[in-house]
Amino acid sequence: MGDVRDSTGRDDAPLTVEKAGGAGAAADKLPEAQGHSLSGKTVTINRPRQPLYDFWRDFTNLPAFMDNVVAVELLDEKRSRWTVKAPGARTVQWTSIITEDVPGRTIAWTSEEGADVPNSGRVEFLDAPGGRGSWVVATILYDPPAGIIGKVIAKMFQREPAIQARRDLRRFKQLMETGEIATSARTRSQHEEETD
Amino acid sequence: MRALTWHGKHDVRVETVDDPEIINPRDAIIRITSTAICGSDLHLYDGYIPTMKAGDILGHEFMGEVVETGSRSSLKKGQRVVVPFTIACGGCFHCSKHQYSACDNGLPADNQDIAQAIYGQPMSGLFGYSHMTGGYAGGQAEYVRVPFSDVGPIIIPDGVEDDKVLFLSDILPTGWQAAEYAEIEPGDTVAVWGCGPVGLFCVQSAFLMGAERVIAIDHFPRRLDLARKFGAETINYEESKTYEALMEMTGGIGPDACIDAVGLEAHGFFADNVWDQIKVSTFMGTDRAHSIRQAILACRKGGRVSMPAVYGGFVDKFPLGAFMEKGLTLKTGQTHVQHYMPALLNAIMEDKIDTTFLISHRMPLEQATEGYKMFHDQQNEVTKIVLKPGMALAPAPGEKS
Ligand SMILES: NC(=O)c1ccc[n+]([C@@H]2O[C@H](COP(=O)([O-])OP(=O)(O)OC[C@H]3O[C@@H](n4cnc5c(N)ncnc54)[C@H](O)[C@@H]3O)[C@@H](O)[C@H]2O)c1
Ligand SMILES: [Zn+2]
Ligand SMILES: [Zn+2]
Repeated sequence: MGDVRDSTGRDDAPLTVEKAGGAGAAADKLPEAQGHSLSGKTVTINRPRQPLYDFWRDFTNLPAFMDNVVAVELLDEKRSRWTVKAPGARTVQWTSIITEDVPGRTIAWTSEEGADVPNSGRVEFLDAPGGRGSWVVATILYDPPAGIIGKVIAKMFQREPAIQARRDLRRFKQLMETGEIATSARTRSQHEEETD
Repeated sequence: MRALTWHGKHDVRVETVDDPEIINPRDAIIRITSTAICGSDLHLYDGYIPTMKAGDILGHEFMGEVVETGSRSSLKKGQRVVVPFTIACGGCFHCSKHQYSACDNGLPADNQDIAQAIYGQPMSGLFGYSHMTGGYAGGQAEYVRVPFSDVGPIIIPDGVEDDKVLFLSDILPTGWQAAEYAEIEPGDTVAVWGCGPVGLFCVQSAFLMGAERVIAIDHFPRRLDLARKFGAETINYEESKTYEALMEMTGGIGPDACIDAVGLEAHGFFADNVWDQIKVSTFMGTDRAHSIRQAILACRKGGRVSMPAVYGGFVDKFPLGAFMEKGLTLKTGQTHVQHYMPALLNAIMEDKIDTTFLISHRMPLEQATEGYKMFHDQQNEVTKIVLKPGMALAPAPGEKS
């Protein structure tokens, strides 16, 4: 199994770029792939990869920048319980298992059998070329809630995972580069409403 | 607090809104002492800028006193600061290259999608300038929340009055950057389209950078007079044809560097401009762009074009052929204000630069609605309006909750 950034061979664009072949090709690269819709993005962060990995690896930090993630509870070394927002003011829960963990380099996970939203994913922390910090590449494979209709609804609520992943990665970058997450809220109550 | 809010085309109101609060650790709250209305604000006033929402607080040229600080702000209560209009983090790749207006992190994550779709990458945040630039409340108000207050605001020594330093927030660095982008060489003739605040600071900066001659173009006599005071020669485009005048004034060569300080709302009934107006009003295009076309056409072969003027969307009939054939260079962009502030503050303190000549009107914030109308309708007389919240019927001391 190769790098998530491997190309399909027809050009040099990585698998995080939307391809004519859909999620299939990328899915082969993910261990124990769960789900059929792929969303992936690369973001450059002006910091070395080790502190980025460290922050991400402590899953209890994730709700700070992942808008949809309400809470992550660590069950043991490999397993964690995720509570995630779903359309219509609902939440869904699943247990996630770490399938690969290379300190400073890779974290991959997959949802346990029977999850409401079967999903798997992988985050890679790479040295950016030219000594310009790190590339963080996140690939998430998921089954949209309640099939196609669920995906449409999710899009309306902007909880569509591809959009969400892109925005979450930007927030991760902001937190790592500036120590905070940018907001244009003027008052604390406005801010609470927005981050709710 | 009281604040100037936008409600639609030619509809701005002074209203009571909630006071701003510290939200992030690097925030500071500033009590505004002086805040100007900018030519860019007129784009909002005229309804050209998309993604505005009713109730948005305008204003991106302001200064004041620090009244509250977050745990990671480097500012201290009581300090006087001028705040740059570009909201930049100081920690990303672009900030490390001093390209502050290209900061990766100034915009909230959700607001980055629009700019990314239109421009390819999101830009920095701006105060009081639509939701595409972050939706940040502006400084035409009694108080403002300033994010990244440890890298943006510049501290003003006591005894230096507001009017001398207020324009460090935007138009002075903008004029300076535009002149720098014109890469002026000894002996050069520099032409400047537009004698608004930005154009006038371009004139001033170009001379400081060693231009032999500056030719300033506008149609407002008072503004042309101000340019003449700095030593510029002038063209009134209602009296003379700009291109012909420029060619005759440069012995048929054309200016070595051309600066477009007009932008989006170029006035005048030139053939291509009328077509642009029709298209703007029918949503076929967003930008009217006469001045930049003329600058490219007039510029000498191998010359430089600098464009501080703001364009937001698409233009057509851009003279790409002339641009290519003559081998011109074009430099443009929102100003990297943070980069220029320290040196320009020094120049002001050493009396090398004076900016107070520009201010034609000072009025209380309460009269901001009137100020917008005046600035919009009487551009000859009104060169710059500075709003002073303190000039209003002052609230009892300590009334800010
Ligand atoms: N790059 C930046 O960061 C930045 C910052 C501030 C302002 N700006 C932009 O700079 C431009 C100028 O700002 P300003 O505050 O001086 O505006 P302004 O409206 O006060 O001045 C523009 C001047 O151009 C003149 N003009 C109009 N059409 C002309 C033409 N065809 N030829 C010559 N002159 C013409 C007008 O009479 C007016 O005096 C605006 O587009 C503004 O948005 C850019
Ligand atoms: Zn301005
Ligand atoms: Zn930055």
